Amino acid sequence: MLDARESVIALSYIVAAVLFIFGLKQLSSPATARAGNRLAAIGMTVALGVTLLDRQIVSFWTIAIGTLIGAAIGIYFARTVQMTAMPQMVALFNGMGGATAALVSVAEFLRLTRAGEAIGAGESTSIVLGTAIGAISFTGSIVAFGKLQEILPGRPLQFPLQRLVNGLILLSVLGLGAFVVVGSGGAMPLWLLFAAALVLGAMFVLPIGGGDMPVVISILNSLTGLAAALTGFVLHNQMLVVAGVLVGASGTLLTLLMSTAMNRSVGNVLFGAFGAASSDAVSTASAVGLTVRQTTAEDTAIALAYARSVVIVPGYGLAVAEAQHTVRELATDLEKRGVDVKYAIHPVAGRMPGHMNVLLAEANVPYDQLLEMDQVNGEFPQTDVVLVVGANDVVNPAARDDPSSPIYGMPILDVDRARNVIVLKRSMGHGFAGIDNALFYNDNTRMLFGDARQSLTHVGQALKTV
Amino acid sequence: MSQELILGIYVFIMAIFVGFEVISRVPSVLHTPLMSGTNAIHGIVVLGAFLVAGSADTPLLHVLGFIAVVFGAANVFGGFFVTDRMLEMFKKRETVASKTEVQKKNA
Repeated sequence: MLDARESVIALSYIVAAVLFIFGLKQLSSPATARAGNRLAAIGMTVALGVTLLDRQIVSFWTIAIGTLIGAAIGIYFARTVQMTAMPQMVALFNGMGGATAALVSVAEFLRLTRAGEAIGAGESTSIVLGTAIGAISFTGSIVAFGKLQEILPGRPLQFPLQRLVNGLILLSVLGLGAFVVVGSGGAMPLWLLFAAALVLGAMFVLPIGGGDMPVVISILNSLTGLAAALTGFVLHNQMLVVAGVLVGASGTLLTLLMSTAMNRSVGNVLFGAFGAASSDAVSTASAVGLTVRQTTAEDTAIALAYARSVVIVPGYGLAVAEAQHTVRELATDLEKRGVDVKYAIHPVAGRMPGHMNVLLAEANVPYDQLLEMDQVNGEFPQTDVVLVVGANDVVNPAARDDPSSPIYGMPILDVDRARNVIVLKRSMGHGFAGIDNALFYNDNTRMLFGDARQSLTHVGQALKTV
Repeated sequence: MSQELILGIYVFIMAIFVGFEVISRVPSVLHTPLMSGTNAIHGIVVLGAFLVAGSADTPLLHVLGFIAVVFGAANVFGGFFVTDRMLEMFKKRETVASKTEVQKKNA
């Protein structure tokens, strides 16, 4: 039987779990989402508050100082991060969660063995999995952060025998795990497993290219959730299990959604090293001697001003150029002239699920102007001008028409069916997939070269004189 | 296998159903806040770090506990604050419009 104090703790955990679920439920609408996040934060406060009542806790100093430092770091980054840098921020926080789960698993093992308690096979398996998955998620997230922050090169990093090496590391993690579960060798096998899993996490993300980051971040998110749930098994805390599984479910759903949006299996994203292998497919169109037609900011302004409907297609280039506010200003000016302006969002535009939506929301674009791929694709034939801002592979008609294209089969925005297409691009460089874009050579396509934000500013100025 | 572990597995499986049910209703507009919000929620492992740090009786456990608390707390606080900041931007159209008008008047 639980005594009064233990009962209060256990019941409070149930309250916290329910608050998490309600909080996530309210994320189903932008109108209630903020309240939902706060509800989840209240759940967190309740859970962490009652944990301090636990009799196991005899000293509060480490907790107090650690929490203060952690909170200060977290809040500082949360307040100052640019919206364009959100993917790396999420990766970083995700890695911290993974590290926490791994460290807690290891520490719990040390505590139990030192106390001389027999560890059941279920518990030790949970400890092994929690340590391994948490550690993989930690270094994997750090590498993803490095790639997104451009500390590490965004292209896939490969070396000879990569798969063999990774396979051997994975085998050693599993072998060491078996050692720990059998219970021989004390804590040493677990430490080695921890180290091997750290290496594995980094090795597994290094060969994945920047454009596949929406999938990778989703997977890492679900892994950390799983690690947290496993920690719940170790600590016999059901609320941890519920919270961890909720995160795991969200990460898994997003992973599936993102890989479907690229028409690739999750395995292909993880092990395909996409963008490196397809480099031989480059420059087919340019070799055939097709030419692109350039345009100027003035001509773009005229085309936009006399259009009835304009659809803006944002991509990662918009985030790089931080052009979301400039786009919005241009759209507002066009709306004042009576032009109907919409935004078409491809599911994998940007570097994480929903990346473009957040940027446009920051620029005060009403979310009912944001159209998803299925909503907008039927409208392109009636659209006068499509403005592609820093998107590339997601508007490449080769994905629809050319079975030899590496991205063939990926659902795209059918912008080539619009009456006019203006592509804002820094240069004729290739997109993430490293392949030529047939769209650029179409008769109804005009290219406006330059930094997206500068180009848009010039178009905006030119628009005032039209 | 202990009874508690069995109970944990029950909860695990039921939570999968609840999780998929709830999460699949989140519109794609909110996928980034969903991700960072769930990110904050998995920071709940910091309570395990509290237990470790609060009961540590060797220098090693003190160090492990301390690092875990710092990381976990950064995860929780950072996650919820950044999600709140994002969701503040997803306001209804009317409020956005009236706010920009007010700003224009002030300018």
